[in-house]
Amino acid sequence: MLIAILTDIHANREALSACLAHAESIGVARYVLLGDYVGYGADPRWTIDTVIGLVERGATAILGNHDAEVLTARSRMNEVAQIAIEWTRTQLDATQRDFIGRLPLMVEQGDTLFVHANAWAPDGWGYVTGPAEARRSLEATSCRVTFCGHVHVPELYFATATGKVAGFIPVAGTPMPLSPQRRWLAVIGAVGQPRDRIPAACYGLLDDSTNSLTYVRVPYDVESAAAKVRAAGLPGILAIRLEQGY
Amino acid sequence: MPRRRPEAGQVIGGFRLEELVHEGGMAHLWRVSRAEADGPLLMKIPMLRPGEDPAAIVGFEVEQMILPRLSGVHVPRFVAAGDFDQPYIVMEHIAGPSLKARLNELPLRFDEVADIGARIATALHDIHRQHVIHLDLKPSNIMLRDSGKAVLIDFGLARHDELPDLLAEEFNGPIGTGAYISPEQLHGIRSDPRSDLFALGVLLYFFATDERPFGDPGAAREWRRRLYRDPVPPRRRRPDCPPWLQEAILRCLEVEANDRYATAGQLAFDLQHPEQIALTERATRSRRDGTLAVAARWYRARGAAAAARQSCAIQLARAPIIMAAIDLSAGMEQLAEALRVTVRRILQTEQGARLACVNVMKLSRIALDEFEDAEGRNRHLQRLAELKHWAHPLEIPTNGITYHVLESVDPAGALIDYARNNNVDHIVMAARGSSTLRRYLGSTSSEVVANAPCTVTVVRTGQGASH
Repeated sequence: MLIAILTDIHANREALSACLAHAESIGVARYVLLGDYVGYGADPRWTIDTVIGLVERGATAILGNHDAEVLTARSRMNEVAQIAIEWTRTQLDATQRDFIGRLPLMVEQGDTLFVHANAWAPDGWGYVTGPAEARRSLEATSCRVTFCGHVHVPELYFATATGKVAGFIPVAGTPMPLSPQRRWLAVIGAVGQPRDRIPAACYGLLDDSTNSLTYVRVPYDVESAAAKVRAAGLPGILAIRLEQGY
Repeated sequence: MPRRRPEAGQVIGGFRLEELVHEGGMAHLWRVSRAEADGPLLMKIPMLRPGEDPAAIVGFEVEQMILPRLSGVHVPRFVAAGDFDQPYIVMEHIAGPSLKARLNELPLRFDEVADIGARIATALHDIHRQHVIHLDLKPSNIMLRDSGKAVLIDFGLARHDELPDLLAEEFNGPIGTGAYISPEQLHGIRSDPRSDLFALGVLLYFFATDERPFGDPGAAREWRRRLYRDPVPPRRRRPDCPPWLQEAILRCLEVEANDRYATAGQLAFDLQHPEQIALTERATRSRRDGTLAVAARWYRARGAAAAARQSCAIQLARAPIIMAAIDLSAGMEQLAEALRVTVRRILQTEQGARLACVNVMKLSRIALDEFEDAEGRNRHLQRLAELKHWAHPLEIPTNGITYHVLESVDPAGALIDYARNNNVDHIVMAARGSSTLRRYLGSTSSEVVANAPCTVTVVRTGQGASH
């Protein structure tokens, strides 16, 4: 079975549409969404409604920090993110907020953990940006494989036989076997705001028959998404980030 | 956890163990069979004992990961692998001994050295094209098929360009075999296919002279000597060694990978056409470098780390317009990649070039207006996005590249018109394989070639190794 793992959609309708169309075209049977449905982008309502629709059809959805931020009054984010969140609050209705309020911080399925940021403190939102953090996260869970997002830059970490943790920058489109003899932590790249200098949307494709993971890149209509960000009056840097993939 | 020692007659993963053919320190090799007749098969079972060298365990995992990705005559055909209860790999059983069996016949005739070298280089080129570097090339890991084709075995230390390197972070010291390991592997670099050419150079030297160029050092700290001490020239050991062979061998053994052959394919070509080998000072060298040169290299080697990639040359004033005609339809990904490789090559020699990326949306004659509606506009935008995605790896600054989606009922005509109207100097486009039908009907590329106002490069994908 093919499982699509999507994260950091950030209210980017064009990117999510392209990813879902791609996933459907290759026969994806299950969807897992790792959070950050809103913030930064111009289509929070459509995005949340789309996620609600996916969950109604069996998808697993996790809470992200931007989603959580919509519901709380605290401000822990940088200024640009905060402006986007405050704008997003004005956009969502009660049903959409209620959906966000019921999202779990993490979900374990078999030997696999799905979480937005990390396993050691899922609601602390610490980033897995290197082998040290990857190791900390792997040590905090008994699950063999962890999938997370939050970083917006794809990387696959694995524990070595001698207990070290190493990282690998995945090659898009190449299936990588997640050998059952070791533990893995996959940071899935962002659907809606890639930051690895590749503007194309990214999602993870897990094939549980071969136990392999592919990082898929889906080119989408970046210009329209960026134009909507500008039209909504959101900070211009958010549009530039989409255009530059950073 | 100690496992039951496998025995003849036992069935693992549907394969019946017939005969133990090799009992190595790290793995046992069994001849196996199964109901479906698919030729002689070999099962590799790792001996995973607690406290064992982790290389044995990780190496098995690496081979399990890489072997299924390889195909063609130059590797054993992958059949099956098992993970949980009993790890194993089943592959084609290549008959006969490895090249190690030839060691008591050394030195070989020079023409035979070149012949074997060309076969091995051809096999290396094949796996390099499949993104794999062997990194432990030596006689015991090379076999010859009845056809004479070389087969590379044991991918336990290998590296796949596009897969995580499970070995890189595992060990502090270099990973390889003392007599054959390349200088860059001593620095922990496991990403240069020319490392395999160094090992092949060691093998050719050994087969031609009956001496290993750097001996057979046991301790890893002795391996570093090759970073500064050059080998005794083969002609010193065998004065009748032809200069071309010494040239080829010593070029493989250069400390700097940039000084070796660029590809195994080039080496194979040279060894098959000795008369065309360009001879340098290496060809007639009669003694090793003097103390001063060695001392200088020793000093450099002390602090040497990874060599920096060569930077791009200074942009030339000339600024041709290169037009890449890109077919984005499904099934054309390989051609699109080949096209990008060719375009990159052209752009490297034409430093001031501008690149126009062009795609034609073919309109049907009966629905000329279909692109005026919203769906048509979306398809147009999607094509533009895909063109940008195609060109993104070329890393061309935005002032050097443009994107164009043309709409026409006649793709070849549209491309030719575009080239003519925009002073294009050079069209680069891909062509699908030829077939009788295509020859009869004609293809877009042949029409462009026939009618374009400028140079046209037609890109095809290379043919894979044939069985």
